[in-house]
Amino acid sequence: MGFLDRFKGQEPAWCPGCGNFAILNVLKRVFSEMALEPSALTIVSGIGQGAKLPHYTKCNTFNGLHGRTLPVATGIALANNKTHVIAIAGDGDCYGEGGNHLLHAMRRNANLKLFVHNNQVYGLTKGQASPTSVPEFKSKTQPFGNPSAPLNPLALAIAMDCSFVARAFAGAHNLPQLQDLVKQALQHRGFAMIDILQNCVTFNKINTFHWYKERTYQLEENHDPGDRLNAFSRALEWGEKIPVGLFYRNARTVMEDNYPMLKEQCLAEMEFDQQKVLRKEMASFF
Amino acid sequence: MDITIRIGGEAGQGLQFIGSVLARAFARHGLHVFSHQDYMSRVRGGHNFYQIRVANQPVRVSKNRIDILLALDENTINLHRMDLSDDGVIIYDAAMTGREHDEPVFLNIPVLAMTEKAGVTKLMANSAAIGAVLGGLDLNLDLFPETIREFLGNKGQGVIASNLAVAKDGWQYARRNGWPAALKFSAAERKGLMLINGSQAIGFGALVSGCKFLSAYPMTPSTGIMIYLASKAEEYKIVVEQAEDEIAAINMALGASFGGVRAMTTTSGGGFALMAEGLSLGGMTELPLVIAEVQRPGPATGLPTRTEQGDLLFVIHCGHGEFPKVLFTPGTPEQAIALTNKAFELAEKYQVQAIIQSDQFLADTEWTYEEIDESSLLYRDHRDRSATVREQEYKRFALTGDGVSPLAVPGFSPRLVVVDSDEHDEEGHIIEDGATRNKMVEKRLLRKLPLLRKEIAPPEYYGHENPKLLLVGYGSTYGVMREAVAELAAGIAIAMLHFSEIWPFPDPENFDFIDVVARAGLAVCVENNATGQFARLIRGETGFLFEASIRKYDGRPFLLEPFLGEVHGLLRQI
Repeated sequence: MGFLDRFKGQEPAWCPGCGNFAILNVLKRVFSEMALEPSALTIVSGIGQGAKLPHYTKCNTFNGLHGRTLPVATGIALANNKTHVIAIAGDGDCYGEGGNHLLHAMRRNANLKLFVHNNQVYGLTKGQASPTSVPEFKSKTQPFGNPSAPLNPLALAIAMDCSFVARAFAGAHNLPQLQDLVKQALQHRGFAMIDILQNCVTFNKINTFHWYKERTYQLEENHDPGDRLNAFSRALEWGEKIPVGLFYRNARTVMEDNYPMLKEQCLAEMEFDQQKVLRKEMASFF
Repeated sequence: MDITIRIGGEAGQGLQFIGSVLARAFARHGLHVFSHQDYMSRVRGGHNFYQIRVANQPVRVSKNRIDILLALDENTINLHRMDLSDDGVIIYDAAMTGREHDEPVFLNIPVLAMTEKAGVTKLMANSAAIGAVLGGLDLNLDLFPETIREFLGNKGQGVIASNLAVAKDGWQYARRNGWPAALKFSAAERKGLMLINGSQAIGFGALVSGCKFLSAYPMTPSTGIMIYLASKAEEYKIVVEQAEDEIAAINMALGASFGGVRAMTTTSGGGFALMAEGLSLGGMTELPLVIAEVQRPGPATGLPTRTEQGDLLFVIHCGHGEFPKVLFTPGTPEQAIALTNKAFELAEKYQVQAIIQSDQFLADTEWTYEEIDESSLLYRDHRDRSATVREQEYKRFALTGDGVSPLAVPGFSPRLVVVDSDEHDEEGHIIEDGATRNKMVEKRLLRKLPLLRKEIAPPEYYGHENPKLLLVGYGSTYGVMREAVAELAAGIAIAMLHFSEIWPFPDPENFDFIDVVARAGLAVCVENNATGQFARLIRGETGFLFEASIRKYDGRPFLLEPFLGEVHGLLRQI
C-alpha cells in the first residue's frame, strides 16, 4: 500500500490549483517516510481553508475554533505524549485571531509543530486582507489597500527565541525542501514553526505562484541556524528576494521537562487511587 | 457560647494571617467556626477585615454584631465600633494605632512592646495578638506552634519559637488585664474539627475526582482553587498551567480532555465571558470539562474582591448554539466537595461541560465539620482506554441509544479519534447535510438532556412542614437562610428550600418542590443580586411567580441580623 493510500482521507474541497494540495501531499510523504501510523499522529487545526487538512488525511484530529489551534495542541501535548502533535493553521488563524497564543506557545516551547499555510489572504471568508497581506492589497473590506503593515512571522519567532524557525514555499520545485523541513521539524523536540508560503489562486492576485517562484531562494548551505542575530537579519529580507529554509534553531528546555510530574509517564497513562488521596488530604484539613 | 471576632486593618498588616491562624486554632480546639473576609482590591493600605464567628455549635453565617474587635489601626475602631455588643471588647495597641482610648470597652495590649522586649521583628506582633485572643477566650497555646508552621512554612525552628514566645506574652497579658468575663470558652479538650473554605473545597473536590490538568488565568476570587491544586500538583501529578488568557485556558483544558485526562478550568465572570466560545466548542466536540466560575459583582470589572450572584442566567445560557450543560451552585464547602466530584462524574459520563458556580463569599468563608460524608464521592473512568480495538471499529460520534459515544484516548490504540467544531458525521468529519445534522443534534443534545436531568438531585428542604414563610434560594445564601429558619422556628412556621443542583432544572418527579413553594403562605426568593435571576429561572421552568423577594447587591454577603430584619418585615405583611 502506497503512502497515498495509507494516509488517504476525505476528498479535499479546495479550489483546483490551491497550494494546500502540495502541503498535504508533502505531509503524507513525510508520515510515510517516517513509517508513522495514523494513530501516532494528532493534527490540530482551527478554521480556514488549510484547517480542513486533517480531514483529508488519516490521523487523530482536533479541528477546533478559529485561532485556538495552539492552546488546544498545548493541552494535548501536556496530557498525552503518545502521538506527534501537529498544529495546522493559516495566516489569519495563527497570526491574527490567535496571535496572542502564538507568542505564548513560543515561550512555552511545548513539543509540538506548527505549520502555517501563509497565502497572505483570507480564503475561507473570500478575499479579505490577512495579517500578512501587502499594503497594496485591495479587497471589498480594504478598498484603499491594507492600511496595516504586514506581520513578519519569522522575525517575530526569532525575536521570541522560538526553538525552530523555518520558511518554505509550496511550489512544485521546492517540495523536496519543504519535505525536508517538515521532517526536521517533526524530529525536533520542542516548538517548531514553518511558515509555508502558498498561492491562493482565487483571491490573491498579487502574491501569485509566479510572484513567489521568482522571489524565493534557498538560504546558503553555510547559513548557521545557531546564529540568532544573523537569522534575525535574514528574516528581515522580504521583497525582491525572499529566503527560504531553516533560519534558526536552538535547544531550549522543552515545556514538558519543566513539569516534574511528567518525568516518568504522561498524564493520560497515570492511574488514580481515590481512596489514597482522600485519606491523606482529608486529614490535612484537621 | 457564640462569639464574633472582627479583625480590621490595612492591607499588608497581616490581618489575614491573624484571622487564618485563629480560625485554625479554634477548629483544633473543637470549636465551630464560620469566617468571612471583606477586602479591597489593593495590596497595601485601605481597609480590610476578617471576621470569625466561633461557637460551641455549628455556625453557618456571619453576624453583624461583634464581640471582639481586634483593631490594627484607628480607622478600624472608627468604622466598626458601632457594631460592638454590650459585653464586647476592642483590642488594640495604642503604639500601633497612634491613639490611646480610656473607655472601659478598650483593652490596650502592647503587642509591639512585646516584640521589642523579645528582640524580634515587629511583624511578630500579630502572633502576640493571636496569643492575646486565645488567652482572653481561655483557650490554650499548645497547638499554636504547629498551626503557625502551616502558615509560615519552612522558616525554621527559631522563627516558630520567637512567635510562640510573643504569643505567650500576649496570652498572659490578656488574662491578667481585664478581659471581659462573658467572653470565655471552657477550655475542655475536644476533638479537632475540619476547617475548609469554598475555594479549597472545590480544589479538594477536583483532587479527589482525579483531575489531572488545570489551565486558568488568575482572576479574583477564583484564584484560590488554582493555588490549592498547584500546591498539590507535584505530589499527585497534576499539571497546573497558567494560560495567557481565558480563551487559551478553556481551549487547553479541552485539549487535555481530548488527550485523555480529567481537566478543569477556573475563572470569574469576566473570564467566563471570554470562555463562551470554548464552552460551545466543548458542546460540539462532546469533550468532558469542568469549569468553576467564582462570581464577583459586575458588570465589567465591577467589585473585584466582593460578592454577588449576578451571573446565574449568563452562565446557564452561555455559549452560542444549543448544547447540554450542567450547573451546580453549592452553598457550603461540604456541598462544594460533593458537587465538584459530581461535576467530574457527570461531565465524563455524558461528555458535557459541568460548571460549578461559586462566589467570593463562599470562596473565602471557612466552615468547620466534624467529618464529611465521603460515601457519595465517585471515581469511575468513563474513557475507553482499550488498546486492542482496530482502527476501522471506532467512530468518535457513533450514534447510540443514550447519545453517549465511546470516548477513546488518542495514541492508545490504532483507533483514530476525530473531533470537529463543524457539524460532523459519526467519524467526526465535516458534513453539511440536514439529515446528519438532525441525527447529531438528537444524539448530543436531545437524548442526553433527559438522562442528565435524572441525575440532578432535588433541592434541600429544611424547617416546618407547612410553612407560613418559605425562603427559597440557591448557592451561597444557604447559611443565612438556614440560620434564619433555626432562629425564627420557635415563633413562626418557617422553612427553607435550597437549590445546589440547578441545571438542568431539577425534575419535580420525586419531590414536588413546586407544590411546596405554591402551598407556602408566602414564598420569598432570596438572592444576592438586583434583578431576581433565580426567581426568573423558576418562573421560566415552573411558571411559579414569587410575590416576595429579599435581594442584596451592594457587593456584600447577607449577614444574619439584617436578614432577620428583612424576614420580620415580610412577616408583618402576611
